[in-house]
Amino acid sequence: MAWQSLDIRRRSATTTPMPQVRESTEVAKLIDISQCIGCKACQVACMEWNDLRCEVGYCVGVYDNPPDLTAKAWTVMRFTELENDGRLEWLIRKDGCMHCQDPGCLKACPAPGAIVQYANGIVEFHQEHCIGCGYCLTGCPFNIPRLSDQDHKAYKCSLCSDRVAVGQVPACIKTCPTGALHFGSKEDMKEHAEQRIIDLKSRGFANAGLYDPPGVEGTHVMYVLQHADHPEWYAGLPQDPAISPLVEVWKGWTKPLAIGVMAAGVLASLIHYVMKGPNEISKETEKEVENETRPE
Amino acid sequence: MTNHWVDIKNADLVLVMGGNAAEAHPCGFKWVVEAKASRKAKLVVVDPRFTRSAAVSDFYAPIRAGSDIAFLGGVIHYLLANDKIHHDYVKAFTNAAFLINEGFQFEDGLFSGYDAAKRKYDTATWQYQLDGQGFVKIDETLQSPNCVFQIMKRHYARYTPEVVSQVAGTPRADFLKICEMIAETAAPDRTMTICYALGWTQHTVGSQNIRTMAMIQLLLGNMGMAGGGVNALRGHANVQGITDQCLYSEVLPGYLSAPADADKTRAEYLAKRTPKPLRPNQMNFPQNFPKWHTSLMKAWYGNAATAENGFCYDWLPKKDAAYDVLALFERMHQGKMNGFVCQGFNPLASVSHKAKVSAGLAKLKYLVVIDPLATETAEFWKDYGEFNPADPAAIQTEVFRLPSTCFAEQDGSFTNSGRVIQWHWKAADGPGEAMSDVDIVAGLFARLRALYAKDGGAFPDPVLGLAWPYRIPQRPHPEEIAMEINGKALADVTDPKDPTKVLAKAGEQLAGFAQLRDDGSTASGNWIYCGMWSQAGNLTARRDPADLTGLGQTLNWGFAWPANRRILYNRASCDLAGKPWDPSRAVIKWDGAKWGGNDIPDMRPDAKPEEGVMPFIMNPEGVARLFAPERMVDGPLPEHYEPFETPLDGNPMHPNNPQAVSNPAARVYPGDLESFAKAKDFPYVATTYRLVEHFHFWTKHSLLNAITQPQQFVEIGEELAREKGIANGDRVRVRSTRGQLTAVAVVTKRLRALEVDGRKIHTVGMPIHWGFRGATHPGYITNTLTPFVGDANSQTPEFKAFLVNIEKA
Amino acid sequence: MNVTRRQFLKVTAAGLGSSSLAMLGFSPQPALAEIRNFKLARTTETRNTCPYCSVSCGVLIYSLGDKSKNARAEIIHIEGDPDNPVNRGTLCPKGAGLLDMIHSASRLKHPEVREAGSSEWKRITWDDAFTRIAKHLKADRDAHFIKTNADGATVNRWNTTGFLASSAASNEAGYLTHKVLRGLGVVTLDTQARI
Repeated sequence: MAWQSLDIRRRSATTTPMPQVRESTEVAKLIDISQCIGCKACQVACMEWNDLRCEVGYCVGVYDNPPDLTAKAWTVMRFTELENDGRLEWLIRKDGCMHCQDPGCLKACPAPGAIVQYANGIVEFHQEHCIGCGYCLTGCPFNIPRLSDQDHKAYKCSLCSDRVAVGQVPACIKTCPTGALHFGSKEDMKEHAEQRIIDLKSRGFANAGLYDPPGVEGTHVMYVLQHADHPEWYAGLPQDPAISPLVEVWKGWTKPLAIGVMAAGVLASLIHYVMKGPNEISKETEKEVENETRPE
Repeated sequence: MTNHWVDIKNADLVLVMGGNAAEAHPCGFKWVVEAKASRKAKLVVVDPRFTRSAAVSDFYAPIRAGSDIAFLGGVIHYLLANDKIHHDYVKAFTNAAFLINEGFQFEDGLFSGYDAAKRKYDTATWQYQLDGQGFVKIDETLQSPNCVFQIMKRHYARYTPEVVSQVAGTPRADFLKICEMIAETAAPDRTMTICYALGWTQHTVGSQNIRTMAMIQLLLGNMGMAGGGVNALRGHANVQGITDQCLYSEVLPGYLSAPADADKTRAEYLAKRTPKPLRPNQMNFPQNFPKWHTSLMKAWYGNAATAENGFCYDWLPKKDAAYDVLALFERMHQGKMNGFVCQGFNPLASVSHKAKVSAGLAKLKYLVVIDPLATETAEFWKDYGEFNPADPAAIQTEVFRLPSTCFAEQDGSFTNSGRVIQWHWKAADGPGEAMSDVDIVAGLFARLRALYAKDGGAFPDPVLGLAWPYRIPQRPHPEEIAMEINGKALADVTDPKDPTKVLAKAGEQLAGFAQLRDDGSTASGNWIYCGMWSQAGNLTARRDPADLTGLGQTLNWGFAWPANRRILYNRASCDLAGKPWDPSRAVIKWDGAKWGGNDIPDMRPDAKPEEGVMPFIMNPEGVARLFAPERMVDGPLPEHYEPFETPLDGNPMHPNNPQAVSNPAARVYPGDLESFAKAKDFPYVATTYRLVEHFHFWTKHSLLNAITQPQQFVEIGEELAREKGIANGDRVRVRSTRGQLTAVAVVTKRLRALEVDGRKIHTVGMPIHWGFRGATHPGYITNTLTPFVGDANSQTPEFKAFLVNIEKA
Repeated sequence: MNVTRRQFLKVTAAGLGSSSLAMLGFSPQPALAEIRNFKLARTTETRNTCPYCSVSCGVLIYSLGDKSKNARAEIIHIEGDPDNPVNRGTLCPKGAGLLDMIHSASRLKHPEVREAGSSEWKRITWDDAFTRIAKHLKADRDAHFIKTNADGATVNRWNTTGFLASSAASNEAGYLTHKVLRGLGVVTLDTQARI
């Protein structure tokens, strides 16, 4: 645990500059997959701390339960049985928000203040400002946020900002029985990862390494992988994640153009907002866009 | 555990076998991960399934369920054949050099003395050769054909790597690699720890599974060492404590063997249980048995227990037969029981052969279930469709269901697997009218006692005379009871060496079991817990996490029995001169005047090394038993026998002796033997187990846990799935001779077919956590399928290896 | 940049409505972005032991209500005790979910009886329960108590009512149970610990 600040560094759809003066350490969660037993204590602690209870699902032939992230399941274990070099490996990856340094969700979000990034690197959703458009889903290169069927707002891991704010580690970190999860300054986490990688190499994992993808300027959740050359072996962890070109288009060179043509749409939007409330992207469109932007 | 949880971090090699620590004990398993990370330790997992423990192991090898002795016997063979043993240790601290009766034999799968009709051994030929003074004869050269070392060498010569592979299905190369890793710890400064659990106990050869491992640890010199030992990772939070309080028919608190019909008088009873030393100068600690027993009688019967009436010896019930849980349900099934009380125990779900248990319960006049939760047992009479078909009208049992509080709602102590007793405090009241187990027992007893006082009845003396010194009789406070368990001086207790020196004044709490007396001047409810609540107060409530030893001993955290000792047999961590085998992990040492160091010495503190007082003080011979002349009913040396439901035609070790297929000394009830399945009808080996997400039949009632593992499933390998046309996620039906269930199929690479005795053996994995009550989807009780037969020594049912058939539902 | 025209149009079209509104000041004015309140701020912390496996992890139980006369404590959160040398604050999925065990819908709240042949539970008082059960116990003990065996030796045993003891009960409950049972002459006694 490192001292850090929850000053807001970036805020979705907001042009007012955020305060930058105070120093803060950047934090990170380190997930050492080589020490993870897939016990799901982190899943349970996450739900318990955050007052979430998702549906009791079904067994679908694998240990993954819930089978996917939901608005009420912010982290899940993904189990992969891998035959490698004649020996079986059971790769178990704790999936959840990566807290990207360059968060695609925040970039894509059109609702002011619905997504913020704190000075310590934590990316948090503030659902009271969320309009349920689902752009964060498109913006996320890791397929993390989920829209709730109940309130049509997007949810994901907050890295327990309420705990971090009072100097406590996130619930998942504290509970992890084997110490596969660590939390601290990003610098310390990288140093710890280095030691783990040396140990793994001594045990025959020649390609052990750290997952801190540069495509999103690094993440505040990092993995130690036994096979860093094959992140995709871990239930499809992206090899080289990057923010969807759609988001870059919208927030990049097209923005002036977009604002220019905006007036035409404003009236309709206004009427829509007054009559029907927040905009909802149709499921179809969302799916289509998602399919087209997902890496092959 | 001979050692304790944190001590696992001191190991160089961790063997997880007969258990799955990562799933059943994740928070204890952290010390395995710690050993790997900080000591560069290696983790080896041997299991029929590639478990979550295996997922973080350095090496995994498969084994057929029920063949552990074949595997471990092979390890013994390897160590002896390759001379990879800790010679000085074996010679000094074990009975390797001891001579055994010349009549001892092992032939065609049977030890000498077998009576096939009774399924029992006469152990006369298993005994030591004694000299004129009653001491065991020894051969220090270890060359005599009758010495333990040679007998053991001959016995395990048959367990070659080829035989291991043939019987256990473990690939030969994998087996040899593990042997090499284990053998490295024969060096005095290397240790291996073994973490096992119910994967070894729940077999008809359960006790012998563990003995085989104990022998290996002795040969390697790993007992008594930091990072060593034989470590049973036990089940419930207080399973160790309840075992120590001995809620078993055959023992009284503190493992004092209970009297039986043959023990007609107190003198006879004590004499049989108070051994003479078998070697010169040994501590022979059980010689104190009369002090422990007398102090117990004083705690129970108070002033009524006098020297004149043998301290109420007659009041103690005498046992005439086995009354273990299988025996109880057998009696119930035969209609010999009228009433039954289940306290925090759900036998319909957790005892084998559900149909038999259910039929037994239906024959009772009354059943009382005390539990915080709505258990299946309390509703055995209720129709839950396919999961529990029943006709309530036809069941005449009167059932009471009493709500008890849970851990969070009461004060008290739990003893962890490492024998550390820890106090806990109440956080809130229980729901509704729930009462604590203590109050329920006291409330019932108060009623009964009042009835006997008023109306009389059968032998009311012990009911009326039972010591009940609690301030509020219906609600004894846990602190009062803890003080009684520890014990106090009833008269001044003086130093035997100097009678003018008072060790404890009358009325004071005793400091330890050394202060117990056999003349009625002390009371102690459980001698091994003596010291937990001394004049210094409640030592189980101590919360100093400081570890000045670097070994994780934390001697001021809670209180470990016995005597706050954290590593048992720790004298064996030093050589004969009292110098630690590994000074970097010294547990204790001889400093020239006394024993001391990083633990409470398991040795008389002033026993000079030259006196030759050996470390295994609870044995009259002072050394550990590679060969067990007593206490094991099924043989002095472990031998591989097949599970009672074997997938093979016989025992490949003894193909020509039908008496030696399965454990010849295991108890089998009439009717059950015939019901055991044959491989031609039920070709697959089933094994039951726990998942990390659940705890037995409790957490299915917890929504959070139900979410993480919501529905019953069984696991099969890809090859079997292909053969049977079963796809991942299909529903399948699993049948045994005792019943059937349906569940979702999880098809996995983690269960693979093994080549055993020339045929292919498939395993069906069956998690146990479901039932017809709870927050998970309703499921079948897995014990619908399991056989009603137990370990020859402990009577623990054979849940881990039986036969089933499987098909798409 | 790899973006099709169709995608571009979709994104701009779908995105305009809300963000444009914000730019024009129609968005509800955001309150200061807030971190969720730390829920343990005024809770009472009680040290306890996890009741599941024999690692016996130390737990901290957090309850609301300060245990004053008029405040009934309500357990709202449980996490690992960092001081406990074994679990050092960690908990497995069972331990991490203890809250839902304590508050399980399956918790029993009142003594109940299911009469012979009946198909339902009936709520009774503790007094009724103790009285009825004590009568059963006494009747069975008085009828089946064995004072001496066939050889005339004193045996003083009662083996027609059995007792299975919990492995989850405290040492104190276990000890008291054992004391009472032997006092009554019970030999038909076993525990979960065997299996």
